[in-house]
Amino acid sequence: MSTGINWLKYSSPQAFYPLAGHLIPWFACVAVALMGVGLYMGFFVAPTDFQQGEAYRIIFVHVPAAWMSMFLYVVMAVWAGIGMGLNARLSFMMAQAIAPTGAMFTFLALLTGAMWGKPTWGAWWVWDARLTSELILLFQYAGVMLLRTSIDDVRRADRASAVFALVGVVNVPIIYFSVQWWNTLHQGASVSMATGSKMASTMLTAMLLMTVAFWLYSIAVILARVRCVMIERESSPVWNDEKPAVIQETVEAR
Amino acid sequence: MQWGSASEFFAMGGYGLYVWTSFVATALCMVWEVLALWRRRAAACAEQRAALLGGTDETTA
Amino acid sequence: MSGSSMWEAVSGIIRRDLLLAMRRRSDAAMSVFFLVIVVSLFPLGVGPEPAVLRTIGPGVLWVAALLACLLSLGRVFTADYLDGVLEQMVLIPQPLALLVGGKVVAHWVISGFPIVLLSPLLGLQFGLSGESLGVLVMSLLLGTPTLSMIGAIGAALVLGVRGSGLLVALLVLPLYVPVLIFGAGAVTSSMAGIGGEANLSLLGACLVLSLFLAPWATAAALRIALE
Repeated sequence: MSTGINWLKYSSPQAFYPLAGHLIPWFACVAVALMGVGLYMGFFVAPTDFQQGEAYRIIFVHVPAAWMSMFLYVVMAVWAGIGMGLNARLSFMMAQAIAPTGAMFTFLALLTGAMWGKPTWGAWWVWDARLTSELILLFQYAGVMLLRTSIDDVRRADRASAVFALVGVVNVPIIYFSVQWWNTLHQGASVSMATGSKMASTMLTAMLLMTVAFWLYSIAVILARVRCVMIERESSPVWNDEKPAVIQETVEAR
Repeated sequence: MQWGSASEFFAMGGYGLYVWTSFVATALCMVWEVLALWRRRAAACAEQRAALLGGTDETTA
Repeated sequence: MSGSSMWEAVSGIIRRDLLLAMRRRSDAAMSVFFLVIVVSLFPLGVGPEPAVLRTIGPGVLWVAALLACLLSLGRVFTADYLDGVLEQMVLIPQPLALLVGGKVVAHWVISGFPIVLLSPLLGLQFGLSGESLGVLVMSLLLGTPTLSMIGAIGAALVLGVRGSGLLVALLVLPLYVPVLIFGAGAVTSSMAGIGGEANLSLLGACLVLSLFLAPWATAAALRIALE
């Protein structure tokens, strides 16, 4: 690490706290801007789908939410794994900060999926592989968060929920394939999920813009939450070098 | 642009209820998450400030 | 570490747990009674129509077996956790994952195997045919050890945690889904005349996977709980 920035420096919460504080506004602003452009393209530029009519426009929130829900679970598990392997406090804090946002996107994916399914398939819910895996994913997010809140000792809570998050990473693909297999057996309920193979390029652009916007939103929110977690965990001021705002305010207040 | 009027835009070709429920729910969740984080941060800061001031009071007393 | 001393440690743990279970036979009997009661409630709830019962039979039997396994999970580690035996186990030079595997095998013999033995009788209540009963027994024989293996991870994670009974259900049930799908699927497809072999081999694959992965995860969870 002779050239450039020493990235390892930021692996300590003390150094990461101010860095996250600087980054949050940037991610948030770009997320809002991209969301604006994406919504404009989704509602005013993208044409009407000739099969599904206007109902297809739900995918501009549904697909990004579904992608983020799965992506965030993997990222959470990676942080959990790093935390277990390197015994790094920041990794566990990141895993803790990711879980609520991931669970929210999973819930949104299920909700908007039902909103899309009712007009398109005529049913709010079908026992399709994607829907079932998404539901189980929600249960696993809930499990990770409940396990954490049920254990008082922070160190144990960190590591126990990390183990469960890692076990869940193995589980979700197995569930996906098992339900797919199960559906080929029960042929009655098979519903084609193909959203029209030929998507207009403006539709795709709008969807990708929304996905990037959701991703940046997630980063901003997760960084904000990890800062909260840091303050909550340190009951005494430990940010000696670069004091967070709260301590400076306190010093000024006295 | 495929919308003749605002009411046509809100009707969404008869799927308005489904489309707008999805988008509004997503927006509400995001706004709620940001507000919840705001409050959480305020509470955490207040707690730390109280702990800090309480701690110094003890040492000076 | 010689192989023979490792095997001795594991078999010692299995023998000890079985002996303890023999002294408290009512514990093991309870999960079996639970299974019988739950399975008997379904015909009373949905009505005695034989065709309906035959359709829901495999699913009901499997869900009930799964819940019975779940209820017995509290017994895997709790007693040893409370009297400090578990802390001694962690200190033994033999790999903890192997010792955990021994404990899970003992747990399966106590609470899983009776379910397998009883299942044909319960299958008769739902009008399953002879061949389907055979597939049901096979599927439970392959599936219940997997349930014990996966369940042990959850049991170790919630050791000594408040509200652990409900929490372990929330953690473990999502992980049980593939086993439920393949297990009930095996019986259903044998009833449909397709034959349950494909589902049974997938159950076997789940068992092998859980035999390799679950003891390590359980050992890690135990170390965390005992720190």
